[in-house]
Amino acid sequence: MKSSKPKFALFKRKYLCIPYGLFLVMFIIIPILIIVYYAFTDDNGMPSINALVGFFTNWSKVNVLITSVFIALQTTLLCLLIGYPLAYFLADKKVNKNAVLITLFVAPMWINFVLRTGATRDLLTWMGINGGNMPYLATLIGMVQNYLPFVILPLYTTMLKLDKSQIEAAADLGANPFQVFYKSILPQSVPGIVSACTMTFMPTMSSYVISDTLSEGKITLFGNYIYLDFANNLWHDGSFMALIMLVIIGISMFLTREKGGAEQKGGKSW
Amino acid sequence: MVKKIFGQAYIWLILLLMYLPILVLIAFSFTTSTNVGVWNGFSFELYPALFKNKEVMVALANTLIIAVSAAVVSTILGTLGAVGAFYSGKKFRKGYEFVNQIPVVNAEIVMALSLAIMFAALPSVIFKADLRCYWTLLIGHVVLGAPFVFISVKPKLQQMDPSLYEAAIDLGAKPHQALWKVTLPEILPGVFSGFLLAITLSLDDFIISQFTTGPGLLSAGDPKIVTLSILVQDKIKKGPIPPVLRALTTIIFILVVLGVIGVSIYRSYQAKHIKKKVRV
Repeated sequence: MKSSKPKFALFKRKYLCIPYGLFLVMFIIIPILIIVYYAFTDDNGMPSINALVGFFTNWSKVNVLITSVFIALQTTLLCLLIGYPLAYFLADKKVNKNAVLITLFVAPMWINFVLRTGATRDLLTWMGINGGNMPYLATLIGMVQNYLPFVILPLYTTMLKLDKSQIEAAADLGANPFQVFYKSILPQSVPGIVSACTMTFMPTMSSYVISDTLSEGKITLFGNYIYLDFANNLWHDGSFMALIMLVIIGISMFLTREKGGAEQKGGKSW
Repeated sequence: MVKKIFGQAYIWLILLLMYLPILVLIAFSFTTSTNVGVWNGFSFELYPALFKNKEVMVALANTLIIAVSAAVVSTILGTLGAVGAFYSGKKFRKGYEFVNQIPVVNAEIVMALSLAIMFAALPSVIFKADLRCYWTLLIGHVVLGAPFVFISVKPKLQQMDPSLYEAAIDLGAKPHQALWKVTLPEILPGVFSGFLLAITLSLDDFIISQFTTGPGLLSAGDPKIVTLSILVQDKIKKGPIPPVLRALTTIIFILVVLGVIGVSIYRSYQAKHIKKKVRV
């Protein structure tokens, strides 16, 4: 049978992946290798650990790392505290019958991100919270405002799948509302929480428009510093910081790969 | 009952807080003051001023051109990649999917920096100076969009009946005909949602645009393509959002609301359709 169509023997469907494969190599793998190269060389192209030593001996850079982790943790926690009950109510048919509401929570993403950040800044300034007097608070509000949809979406997807009969059974068997939440609802929603965290924590750490705009340049996060290094032609230092970011991302991906699961990522594709 | 009232109140309160900055901008798009919070009397003046503002209009056009072209390229590359990888050996496919996942999980600034350094290190012969902005920007936005096209097409391929393609070939179709007439219609919903996702990501992007266009990358005097994000960031660094951009926000907001209404109508239509089918 196969010998009867020799004309097509040359074509295989797997060849279709060649163009995108080349694209991935040229614009994803090679650029990352270039970053690794720049992180461990000096201006003459010789191997060097100047950037590494420079990073860990420069207190202001380590400080930026600590501040970034701190703000990212706070943002993630606040987003979870606000987003968790919200997703629960949205997914509860007794409270909300309208599926359009979830679209409304995602819709701000269609308004330009920089414009939204500017709008938040202008409103906060009008209310008296500005980079001049409360840079930290302003940055935190901006972060939560921006990343809340990224938390609501994966949590909502998990909440829809909650086993209702298990929750009811727990209540019928005498668990008080707190126990029902702690022993049944919370464990069931762990995958959603994990993917919500990964979708908030890393982007917050590496964001630079929000902190730059809302703190009026007073708070420097990891993302700001990478940009500054690049703008000042300090490619080696910038590349090294980017590499640190890459390693942190790799570790967090490795730690969450079991619990989050690949399908949770699809939650981003509303 | 208490839970219902509390739950609904909570939902609407958070929704209001999320939209508050935008709603305030919209309210103040009907007055000409320079700052939000100062009311100069009601007027529509900002709207004609917006359309006469060349800077904003050029940025808007650039943004749309880049978004559409990047989404088209992303869709073609991502779809071909997904189909090709799906029919490759398991080990190769896993590796391919892993590389595709890198830009999805990676911090945007790391991708942006790596691309910018690579472009800057390339000899200018490859990208002619005046075209360089456009091509580098386009590549940056394809890096942003194509992986998501890949991700949205993949599940459709998994759901597809594998014997359909074989049947088409056995019935005498050439591979390109079978792919075009059998495989493509089956995965079209995934391709379409991937396309929309790529457009959304491109329209919303700032960091990649900032790094792949602009003076950091090009020597002084070279042109720089200004997208809406770059323009707005440039303005808000120096002061409040310019008044004409408040009018633009209103227009974008109306389009988004229309989009949401469209989605909800489509969903209820779909739901009814399914119900009818079930009854039959």
